[in-house]
Amino acid sequence: MEAQALQFFSACVIAAGFGVGIAALGCGIGQGFGVRGAVEGIARNPESSGKVTVTLLIGLAMIESLCIYALVVALILIYAHPQAAAIAGLFAH
Amino acid sequence: MEHPYLFFVKLFEAIGLGGFAHEYPHVIYTWVVMVILIGGGFLAVKGLSLVPTKGQNFFEIIISGMEEFMVDITGEEGRWLLPLTATIFIYILAANLMGLIPGFYPPTASLNTTLACALIVVVFTHVIGIKYHGVKYIKHFLGPVWWMIPIILPIEIIGHLARVLSLSFRLFGNMMGHELVLGILLALAGLFFAPLPLMALGIFVSLVQAFVFFLLSIMYFTGAMEDAH
Repeated sequence: MEAQALQFFSACVIAAGFGVGIAALGCGIGQGFGVRGAVEGIARNPESSGKVTVTLLIGLAMIESLCIYALVVALILIYAHPQAAAIAGLFAH
Repeated sequence: MEHPYLFFVKLFEAIGLGGFAHEYPHVIYTWVVMVILIGGGFLAVKGLSLVPTKGQNFFEIIISGMEEFMVDITGEEGRWLLPLTATIFIYILAANLMGLIPGFYPPTASLNTTLACALIVVVFTHVIGIKYHGVKYIKHFLGPVWWMIPIILPIEIIGHLARVLSLSFRLFGNMMGHELVLGILLALAGLFFAPLPLMALGIFVSLVQAFVFFLLSIMYFTGAMEDAH
């Protein structure tokens, strides 16, 4: 592959890496707030721990899915880039 | 990406349908899940009695647990939705858990399966809306006041399309990501049983994702059944 095509693909891979990293950062903060609220609720009222735990798990799954969207985009960039063949052909003189 | 060793794909190769089997492993493993679930269903209703025995008791607990949870959210008028939502839950749970058996491929790790499930849920939401409200179902999309319609209508339509995207991608991303991590760990340190802790996490993730799909379907159906605000 030509050097410029290789540079394009390495840029894609770097973007994928940073993308998932930043998404995981936001997801970690969000889930941390969620767990804090749940633990405070249980500490205040230990009898409600069943309901609070179920609600907590559902909330965590919702927040996690945002990070999963970023992961899917990263996977597309690395493995299934739609214009991969066209760009490789463009740079190969 | 590497092609894993899958038992049923090898079985189809032995029959001679190898080309089909390699292209569509998710279809073949959907058939495997269907056989398991239908077989389990037959076993469950063999010898039904009014006073339940151990096996029947187990299945009754599962089904009635789902029914109570659903009626909690939808109210009494939503009881007829149980067959669809319980099927979605049990199918996705069985399909997810199958990924943890070595040599099996979870059909939900393919976008085709998850997109099919999401499309069924969203289309059925509209069917419920039209069935319950008739033409007035359009009021769900129009918002509270008439002069906000040009803003609210596109947002509601995009919101409904986003439901399809989010449902399918959430399940697909979780399962595909898990499969990828298992494959990479196996390649890196398979002899030291490195994928094992991730398989334990995988059981938890499979359960939670099936439950979240089930819960979101119920909430969308409830939103279509109730009167617009």
